[in-house]
Amino acid sequence: MSESAQIEVRDLTMGYGELVVQEGIRFTVSRGEVFVIMGDSGCGKSTLMRHMVGLHSPMAGDVYYDGEGYWEADEERREALKRRFGVLYQYAALFSSMTLEENVSLPLVEHAGLAAAAAREVARLKLALVGLAGFEQHYPSEISGGMKKRAGLARAMALDPEILYFDEPSAGLDPLTSRRLDDLVLEVRASLGTTIVLVTHELPSIFELGDHAVFLDAEKKTMTALGTPDELKESPDPKVRAFLSRGRL
Amino acid sequence: MTGPGTNPASTPGPRVAFDRATDGTLRVRLSGRWTLADGVPPADEVVGELERGARRLVLEDAGLESWDSSLVTFVHEAAAAASRLGVALDASSLPEGARRLLDLARAVKPRVQPAAVEDDALTARVGRVALHVWGTAGDALTFLGETVLAFGALVRGRARFRRIDLLHAFEATGVAALGIVALINFLIGAVLAFVGAVQLQQFGAAIYVANLVGIGVLRELGALMTGIVMAGRTGAAFAATLGTMTVNEEVDALRTMGLRPAEFLVLPRVLATALMMPALVAYADLLGLLGGLFVGVTVLDLGTVEYLRQTQTSVALRHAWIGLAKGIAFGAVVALTGTYYGIRCGRSAAAVGEATTKAVVMGIVLVVVVDAVATVVLHVLRL
Repeated sequence: MSESAQIEVRDLTMGYGELVVQEGIRFTVSRGEVFVIMGDSGCGKSTLMRHMVGLHSPMAGDVYYDGEGYWEADEERREALKRRFGVLYQYAALFSSMTLEENVSLPLVEHAGLAAAAAREVARLKLALVGLAGFEQHYPSEISGGMKKRAGLARAMALDPEILYFDEPSAGLDPLTSRRLDDLVLEVRASLGTTIVLVTHELPSIFELGDHAVFLDAEKKTMTALGTPDELKESPDPKVRAFLSRGRL
Repeated sequence: MTGPGTNPASTPGPRVAFDRATDGTLRVRLSGRWTLADGVPPADEVVGELERGARRLVLEDAGLESWDSSLVTFVHEAAAAASRLGVALDASSLPEGARRLLDLARAVKPRVQPAAVEDDALTARVGRVALHVWGTAGDALTFLGETVLAFGALVRGRARFRRIDLLHAFEATGVAALGIVALINFLIGAVLAFVGAVQLQQFGAAIYVANLVGIGVLRELGALMTGIVMAGRTGAAFAATLGTMTVNEEVDALRTMGLRPAEFLVLPRVLATALMMPALVAYADLLGLLGGLFVGVTVLDLGTVEYLRQTQTSVALRHAWIGLAKGIAFGAVVALTGTYYGIRCGRSAAAVGEATTKAVVMGIVLVVVVDAVATVVLHVLRL
């Protein structure tokens, strides 16, 4: 593991039941970088993220945060490790029975033990940071898809995590809204130095945001490329090259 | 999608004619109107002709008036049969649009999937069922264990859930259920009295209807009927709510926030249902007794005071306590079943429906099973 590696995925094999989805996954993510997980549909991008954030236990291998293995840690340590990252889910996963303010306050109150009034203040700030000031009392069903994503980001950032995971942030968004979200991601990284792990297959986002990227191949069931997006464009693997040039070789 | 030369309505539907040449060429002449409104003719005849032997299949436009997917479907099936039998295909005389669609449909070879080999022997089937039951039982025990730990955290004052959720659950499992519980139990009390009265009147013992209704409702039916109503009402609601949260990744979001679903989602619901059930059962008992009284007074001409006094003297209070205790157990069972199926829900809209159905069915089954076990145990304890 290199000095600056904050996350290390080591020899990860993942799957459901007896079905192996991907194996031999290994890469490191340095502090403060934007790391992209990409691949064709069904290759297991989101599944890899679910392994990294502790939602799915690996068949083999582990995910290390500053050298500490998540899956070999005990329950208490895992809880502590979870404090270090926030997750923005594909469809935001806001709690539909709570207002945006309550959504963002929840981790502050229940996890960080902040008093309700203080948590509300922080929640208002986080919502303002993602451009949702004035929508604090709205319910998720009352706002648009792009706004839900931003509210989800506010909630993911609630506890000032060191690492932010994004699961296909552009899914279901128009190009402009998607672009604004990308800008927001860069802004967050620039201002807070947050490490960002991005699951996506959107080429503009990959080239605009990604410092490094890994490519998962659905057919070979393993990673076939690792490097900067520009390096991957020149990858010896024709599928990776085709993917990054949208099939125009 | 209509080819050139859209036709008048009077032209005939699809027509197919065959023409066999000595060099092994099978010529299929297509004419008339080929639209979905006229139906899709089966390609069986072409396939039959091909199977009789041919070296080349020519699909020919012999006066197509108009065409849409009907033509392309027919041609696609014929082409697939030709390819399977190793017969060369010539579709060059078909309209260009139809040709292009045919090429598009044939561009990607159909995926050949090895047939799943499933052992159908009795032993294999029994084994599969046993493994499934074993897996489910283990999973249910894990869930139960997590819930017990959550209650442990509650006792130590360390359980993390929103108090407002608990209050909502109290409302949903208490006040909101009063109407249906009242209706069902009043009617059950009345039916019990009526059925009993028909028999007891033959012996001039109509007054004993009060005993029957009193013991039946307080000890057994008040709790049982309320448990069943709650399985259909509250158990289903829990499964649907938590199932939808699972589909929306809200449960995942809780986990990554470090909140345990067993504490945050299951605990308030189980706690509220188990605590509200005795109150609901007491209310159900009252309505059941009233139902019996109503029939006693109106049908059997018993006096109100007489009926009530008979109830008071003949029905020991322990029957009511037993009913209330059963209520707590039924409430816990219904809430645990509903939340279990909700949290273990799949990731589709259909899965939510399935989870809800399972929660209701399993909830009712478990309520009756727990009741049966309790009856045997109480009998042994002579209570």
